[in-house]
Amino acid sequence: MEFLADPVLLARIQFVFTVCTHFLMVPISIGLGLILAIHETRYYKSGTAEDLAAANLWLKIFTTTFVLGVATGITMEFSFGTNWAYYSRFVGDIFGAPLAAEALFAFFLESTFLGVLLFGRARVSGKFYVVSAWLVWAGSCLSALWIIIANSWMQTPAGAELAADGSRAVIGDFAAAAFNPSTLTRYTHTVDSLLIMGAFVALAVAAYYLLKNKHIEFAMKNIRIGAVVGIITTCLMIVFAHSTAVGVANEQPTKFAMMEGAYASEIMPLYAFGLVDEVNQEVIAPLAIPGGTSFLASNDFSTVYPGMNELAASDKYGDFDPATAPVQVVFQSYHLMVAMYGVLALLLVLVLIFTFVKKEAIKGMRWLQKVLVISPIFPMLAIQAGWFTAEFGRQPWVVYPSASGPDGVSLLTSNAASALTGPELLITILLFVVIYLFLLVAWARICARFIKEGPTLPHDADELLAKGGEVK
Amino acid sequence: MTIFNVLWFFLIFVLILGYFVLDGFDLGAGVLSPFIAKDEREKAMVRASLGPVWDGNEVWLLTAGGALFAAFPFAYATTFSGFYLAVMLVLFGLILRAVSIEYAGRDREWAGIWNALFFIGSLLPALLLGVAVGCIFQGIPMDADGNYNGIPLFGLLSPFTLCCGLFGLCLMLLQGAAWLTLKVPAGTGLYDRASGLRRPLIIASLALFVVLTFFVAGRILEMYPALAIVRYLAAIVFLACLVGAAYFAGAGQAGEFKTFLLTSLALAFIIVLLACSMFPNLVVASVDSVGPTLTLMNACATDTSLFYMTIIACIGVPLVLVYHVLVYRTFRGKIRESDLEY
Repeated sequence: MEFLADPVLLARIQFVFTVCTHFLMVPISIGLGLILAIHETRYYKSGTAEDLAAANLWLKIFTTTFVLGVATGITMEFSFGTNWAYYSRFVGDIFGAPLAAEALFAFFLESTFLGVLLFGRARVSGKFYVVSAWLVWAGSCLSALWIIIANSWMQTPAGAELAADGSRAVIGDFAAAAFNPSTLTRYTHTVDSLLIMGAFVALAVAAYYLLKNKHIEFAMKNIRIGAVVGIITTCLMIVFAHSTAVGVANEQPTKFAMMEGAYASEIMPLYAFGLVDEVNQEVIAPLAIPGGTSFLASNDFSTVYPGMNELAASDKYGDFDPATAPVQVVFQSYHLMVAMYGVLALLLVLVLIFTFVKKEAIKGMRWLQKVLVISPIFPMLAIQAGWFTAEFGRQPWVVYPSASGPDGVSLLTSNAASALTGPELLITILLFVVIYLFLLVAWARICARFIKEGPTLPHDADELLAKGGEVK
Repeated sequence: MTIFNVLWFFLIFVLILGYFVLDGFDLGAGVLSPFIAKDEREKAMVRASLGPVWDGNEVWLLTAGGALFAAFPFAYATTFSGFYLAVMLVLFGLILRAVSIEYAGRDREWAGIWNALFFIGSLLPALLLGVAVGCIFQGIPMDADGNYNGIPLFGLLSPFTLCCGLFGLCLMLLQGAAWLTLKVPAGTGLYDRASGLRRPLIIASLALFVVLTFFVAGRILEMYPALAIVRYLAAIVFLACLVGAAYFAGAGQAGEFKTFLLTSLALAFIIVLLACSMFPNLVVASVDSVGPTLTLMNACATDTSLFYMTIIACIGVPLVLVYHVLVYRTFRGKIRESDLEY
C-alpha cells in the first residue's frame, strides 16, 4: 500500500481518471456538434416538421453531453494549479497563454451560442439559429486547437528557452511555441478522430431504430449522414495518423521505441499485435512485417531507429529507464488504437455498401444493425488508447526533451506535482470517482430516454413551423 | 514594476470583477432558490432566468484562472495548490450546479436530487471564494518555494476570512435577488419573495462591510499610498450604490432594472476596492511564513509573455463584449412561458 503515500502517483491517478472521463464527453459532443449542425442546416432549408424533429433530438443529446463536457473540463484547467504546482511554475510563462486564449476565444463563443441553441429557437431568426449551431461547433473545434497547442508544447517544446537561473522555461517566440512541431499533426489527428466518433454515434442511434423498426425515415437519413461523414473522416485519418507517427519518430524517440517495444536499436518491424516481455526485453508477436514501421515512418524499409537502451545511455534521454518505463502500456494502447481503427474502417465500408450500393439493404440486416448499436465503443477505445500512447509515451517527462526542442526545456513528471499530502489526494480522488460516476449514470439515463422517445417536435413546434426554417 | 505587470495585475481583477458581477447573480439565485422558489414551476423559472447565460458567466472564472496562470504563474500555483481542498470544493460545486441546471428540467424523476445539488453547488463557490480572497489578503504561511504549509482547509478559516466569505455570499445573494426580480414575471410568489429580499440583503451587506472595515483598519496604512484616493472613492461609490439600490428597490416594477444596475455597480466597486487594497500584492505572506509575499513583481511571467497576452486580450475582450451584448439582448425582458420547458 506504499503508493497511497506517493503524491506524484496519486496526482497522476487523479489526472488519468478526470481527463479520461472528460474525454468521454468531448468526442461525443464535438462529433455530434457537426451532426447537429448538418441537421439544423437541413431543417433551415426544408422547414419541415420531420427535419425539425430530427434536429430537436440531436439538440437534446448534444446539449446533455456538452454540459457534462463543460463541467468536467473545469477540473482540467484547475488541475494544473491544484495538483501540478511545480509544473505550473516551470511552464507558466508559456503554457498559461493558450489556456487563457482558449477561455477568451473559444469558451465565450461556445457558451454564448449554446445559450441561443438551448433557449433561442423561438427568439431568433432561422438563419441566426443555424449559424449559431455551426458557431458552437466551430467554438468547440477552436477550443480543441488551443488545448492541443498546450499539450503539443509539452510533447515538442519550441519557441522557449530555459531562464538564466534555470528555474523555469520562458517564452521567446509565441508563434513558434503555439505552432510547435507537433501542433498541426496532432490537432488534425485528434479532431478528425472526434468527428469519426460523432459519425458512429449517429450510426448507432439510427441502427437502434432500424432494429426496433421505428422512425425508419430518420434512421436512414442518419445512416447516410453517418456513413458519409464517417468515410470522409476515416480516409483523412490515414493522412493525419501517418503524419503524427512520423512526427513521433522524428521528435520523440523514446515514445517511438516504446510504441513498438524496441529495446535494441533496429530496423523497426510492424506488429499487428503482440506482448512485450519487459523482463527479457523482447516482443512476442506471431505476425511481423520486417521493416514495416521503419517504412511507415521514413518511407524506407531499412532505416534503423534507436532502441530504448541506446537512448537511455545518451545524455539527452539519460533519465529514461527501460526497466521502469511503461513499455507494455504504450505498446498495447498503440496497437489497440490501430486495431480499433481497422474495425471501424471495415464497418464503415459495410455500411456504405449496404446503404448506397445495395440500395438500403441495411434495413433488413439485423446482425449489422446490432453491431452498429454498440459500434461507438470502437472509436472511443481508439481515442482513449491514442491518448494513453501519447501521454504514457512521454514518461518519465511531463515536458518532453524532444529532438528539436530547446536545451534544458524539459521537466520530469516526478518534479512537477504539488506539495500535497496523500490523504488530501485520496479524499479528492474518491470524491471525483463518486461524483463522476453519478453524473455519467445521469447522462446515460437522460440520453437513453431521449433516444427511446425518438425524434419529437419541441413543445412550441406550431409557432416554429409557422415561422418556417428560412422565413422571417 | 513594469507597465505590463501592473496592467495585468489590474486585468486579473477586471476578470474577477466580471465573474463576481455576472456569476454573482447566478450563484446567488442558486443559493436563494430552495428558500424562495416554492414549487417545481418556480424552480423552473429560476433555472430559465439563468439558462442562456450561466455558462458564459462561469467562463469569466475560467478566463481569470487561465490569465492568472499565464500572467502570474507563481500566484496561480500557490493559491490553487495551497487552498487545495477549498478549491476542490469550489470545483465540485461548479460541476454539480452546471449539470443540475441543465438536467433538472430533463430528468423529472431525479428532480429532488438536482434541486439539492443546484443549491449546494451554488453555495460552495459563493461562500468559499470570499474565504479564499480573505486568505490571500490576510496572509498565509508558505515554504521557500511558495507552497502553502499551514493546516489543510481548516487553516484557512479565521473570523476574518469567514467574514469575507459571508460578505461575498451576501453580495451574491443580493445580486441574485435583484436578477430574479428583473427576470421573473411580476405577480408571482417568486417575484414577491425575491424583490422583498433585496432590502434586507442590502442592510446585511452594509453591516458586514462595516465589520470588515474594523478588521482591516489596522492594515490601511500598509496599503499602497498612491491609490488611497481610489480606495476612498471606491468605498464611497460602493456605499452610494447600495443606498441607491435600496431606494429603487422600493420603486416597484419601474425600479427593477435600476436596482439591478446599482447592485452590479456595487459588486464591481468592491472589487476595485479590493484590487487597490491588495496592490501590488497577490498573495500576502503571514508573519510566520518562510517564503515571501507574492507580488506582481516576483510572481509574474516575463514581459515578453505578458506582451503576447496583451495582444490576445486586445483581440479577445472586444469579442467577449460583443457576445455578451448579443446574448443579453436576445434574452432581454421577463422570462416567457415557452422558456420553462425544453
